[in-house]
Amino acid sequence: MVMANLLESYAQIIGNEVVDHLRQLAEPLKGMNVVHVNSTREGGGVAEILSWLIPLKRELGINAEWEVITGEKEFYQCTKSFHNALQGDRVEIPPALLKAYEKTNEENAERMRRQLEDADFVFIHDPQPAPLMKLCPHRKGKWVWRCHIDLSRPYRTVWKYLRDFVVGYDASIWSLADFAQPLPHPLYLIAPSIDPLSQKNRDLFPGEVHAVFDRWGLDPDVPLITQVSRFDRFKDPLGVIHAYRHIKEFTNVQLVLAGGGATDDPEGEEVLKEVRLAAGDDPDIHILLLPSDAHREINALQRASTICLQKSTKEGFGLTVTEAMWKGKPVIGGDTGGIRLQVVNHHTGFLVNTPEGAALRVRYLLKNRDKLDEMGRKAKDLVLNNFLVTRHLREYLTLIFATMHESVERIEV
Amino acid sequence: MVDPFAVKDCALISIATGKEAQNLRELSDRLETIHSGCIYYHFWGGMLRPSFDEPEYQNDFAAWAWRSLHDSRLAERLAIIDPNYYKDIEELRRELMDVIEERLAESEFVPWARSGQRFKFIRSQIVVFDTGIRIEHPGELRDRIPKMSLGSIFYHFIDARRRTKDGKNDFVQWFLSFNRGIYDDLIKRINSIDPYFTTLSALRNELHAVFEMCPMEG
Repeated sequence: MVMANLLESYAQIIGNEVVDHLRQLAEPLKGMNVVHVNSTREGGGVAEILSWLIPLKRELGINAEWEVITGEKEFYQCTKSFHNALQGDRVEIPPALLKAYEKTNEENAERMRRQLEDADFVFIHDPQPAPLMKLCPHRKGKWVWRCHIDLSRPYRTVWKYLRDFVVGYDASIWSLADFAQPLPHPLYLIAPSIDPLSQKNRDLFPGEVHAVFDRWGLDPDVPLITQVSRFDRFKDPLGVIHAYRHIKEFTNVQLVLAGGGATDDPEGEEVLKEVRLAAGDDPDIHILLLPSDAHREINALQRASTICLQKSTKEGFGLTVTEAMWKGKPVIGGDTGGIRLQVVNHHTGFLVNTPEGAALRVRYLLKNRDKLDEMGRKAKDLVLNNFLVTRHLREYLTLIFATMHESVERIEV
Repeated sequence: MVDPFAVKDCALISIATGKEAQNLRELSDRLETIHSGCIYYHFWGGMLRPSFDEPEYQNDFAAWAWRSLHDSRLAERLAIIDPNYYKDIEELRRELMDVIEERLAESEFVPWARSGQRFKFIRSQIVVFDTGIRIEHPGELRDRIPKMSLGSIFYHFIDARRRTKDGKNDFVQWFLSFNRGIYDDLIKRINSIDPYFTTLSALRNELHAVFEMCPMEG
């Protein structure tokens, strides 16, 4: 794709009005130096966001740069532990790892200090580079900490340690109000989004969608129920199989549970074993282990599905829900976290609390195909108007103004 | 000579206040002192923030009463509160608290929400920017309405009520400045539009229909 046409490409999907709005909002910010720092250039949600956010900001005339903090094995061990602890695991982190964390940040600060201190705005993503702010004492711009993690119930010992690094930022950004931790600066709320031009979400030719039936031994004439997610207990794959068996008593359906490989995740392997055991030799349950870059395959599977499930018992925002809805599929989702923002009961899908509830709703939709189609249309509209990258970018731009006038309710530019 | 109508646009960003309520008593106590921007946000913010166009309940207090407290009686009473009816946020705050207090008085116990479903008070900041578009004649405004962004509709029709002296919207304010009485019918029709139980795009259509009905210059 030609970079200069990126905004036009989005305009074709979401309309010129939205893109004009972005251009006008960004006009006073032209020439501003903005730096984003995270810990990886590829893989993971943050890198995915930055890979569209940076070119879009540049196209709007903002001098946006993307820097990556690098470290040794111990640094990543430490930050992986942070991640688990912030999501509630009681993880004790050895002092040697914490030392490696701080030392790595010091080394990276040496390399980036001048650029960061000169920037008008610095966005630090997640805990990995959080100490950089304290290590840039002559900073002249505003510093914002962007937390992408569900921090609703952190392991307090670890949060207390990290809080010390983020408390001095000018503002922080959280995906949901439920995730935000009290800090003495404005806590902005920006929901995640999906990129409609990415491999995972772009339109596909019908042939490519249909090919998944042959590739995975699925019957195109039998309704397909799909859950795309890691093999993780919180995603409740066993509950999905339980629900499938209830449905199967009445209607012929096939189930796909598609997730990434679990080789680096001991618990994931264990869950996968349990899932395989529960599936037994049922030929209509398909457990697909896909590589982490199988975006187009997931895209095709979601499009080939009749209904998508996300029966999580605990969930962050649930971007797989957004992705399925973008493909015009009603979603039956667990009544938790960000799923509640997206699945509007009886409109874009159903919120459920049990496998029985999921089975009931699937049967209802299979019986009422008009309703299924109507919900799919509403689901797509909801994503179009609220959860695409253009809305996400608008909020980042708005936040820049808001942070410059932090206590003012109405900012006239 | 009347000043041209300056078309502005706006964008909203939400801010968590960290204040929350676990039960109805806490909600009432918090409401007494909470920043007025929170009350504004929980009544009007749904129009500009990511949300569903056909919510069961139009304001967040009613939605919480229904979804998290499972108190449909309270939800219905809160849902019917139309913020337009009150002269300012303080009066709206009073009404909100009265409805909640009444419900607490008639309940045998205080309704509680599950721990993950606390009411979170949120406020917002609005960034207003000039689109550079200037409208000289009323007829031009009629033609511009369908092309206005939803942010512009929010700013001129809803946000204006907080900005202008008598809580008028910017369109009426502008037509009044012509001072010839020829737009009285239009002004009356615009004033009769209820901006609350609707969406911004429906509001834009409604406004355009009203403009189309009335003869105007330009």
